[in-house]
Amino acid sequence: MGDNVIKLDYVIPGDDFSVAGEASSNVKKVLNQLGIPPFIVKKATISMYEAEINSVIHAGGGNAHVEIDNEKIVVEITDQGPGIPDIELAMQEGYSTAPDEIRELGFGAGMGLPNIKRYSDELEINTEVGKGTTVRITIRLKA
Amino acid sequence: MKVAEFASKLNMRILTGETGLDREIRGVYTCDLLSWVISHARKDDAWITVHTNLNIVAVALLAEISCIIIPEDISVEEATLKRACQEGIPILSTGMNAFEICCRAGELLKSTGSNLAL
Ligand SMILES: Nc1ncnc2c1ncn2[C@@H]1O[C@H](COP(=O)(O)OP(=O)(O)OP(=O)(O)O)[C@@H](O)[C@H]1O
Ligand SMILES: [Mg+2]
Repeated sequence: MGDNVIKLDYVIPGDDFSVAGEASSNVKKVLNQLGIPPFIVKKATISMYEAEINSVIHAGGGNAHVEIDNEKIVVEITDQGPGIPDIELAMQEGYSTAPDEIRELGFGAGMGLPNIKRYSDELEINTEVGKGTTVRITIRLKA
Repeated sequence: MKVAEFASKLNMRILTGETGLDREIRGVYTCDLLSWVISHARKDDAWITVHTNLNIVAVALLAEISCIIIPEDISVEEATLKRACQEGIPILSTGMNAFEICCRAGELLKSTGSNLAL
């Protein structure tokens, strides 16, 4: 494979829950096709799904950019939503600002960001109130 | 125990045709907070949830759940059933509530030694 890099880009629509999670399920298929070990695929897809759903329910949608090379999978989810005023608080299990109609769909446990933390090897969140949020997730392919 | 046998022994309706009926059930999990399920359900659990929207299929795939069980005869959206068929996740339906399902499933899995945790 040499130093091949696979790049994937997705638009994450903000108004359509029926397609929420589509980008991460597509990435899962690609990772499986590449023969990446199932437990690594699981780490990557759970992390990406949570970030993708967050961009839908909290930020009106966004973009996903994924790069896969021999060493790692890097997922970057960017939105132009409200930003996160207090990251430390947002990272706490159980903290959620999801409105009632979103909770009725089963979201809002306040477990998404903690799940990303748990399943990713590196997590970097860049956010600015009023501007938006970029969540960058790295999953290493090698120990 | 396979989903097909589980459903027939517990008189559950299969809403997704032949999809995934040979998947193995090793335990049962019940929770309606999707992100909680993603990180706490175990691989090959049958998952009981009152949610019927499309997202349950995505969660089932992420958590490597063997099937979804919808309790208390709650009706399931057509779009969810269609997605479940595409993704190979069976959806079962029953009049029982979550407690009754857990009790009956517990006895069944124990009797066949399918659930080592019991
Ligand atoms: N992309 C984002 N833009 C703005 N706020 C966000 C974003 N992602 C997360 N947040 C904030 O951080 C909180 C915690 O996020 P987290 O994913 O842990 O929980 P949740 O999305 O509310 O519920 P769950 O993920 O369990 O369904 C959110 O409720 C929201 O206030
Ligand atoms: Mg979330």
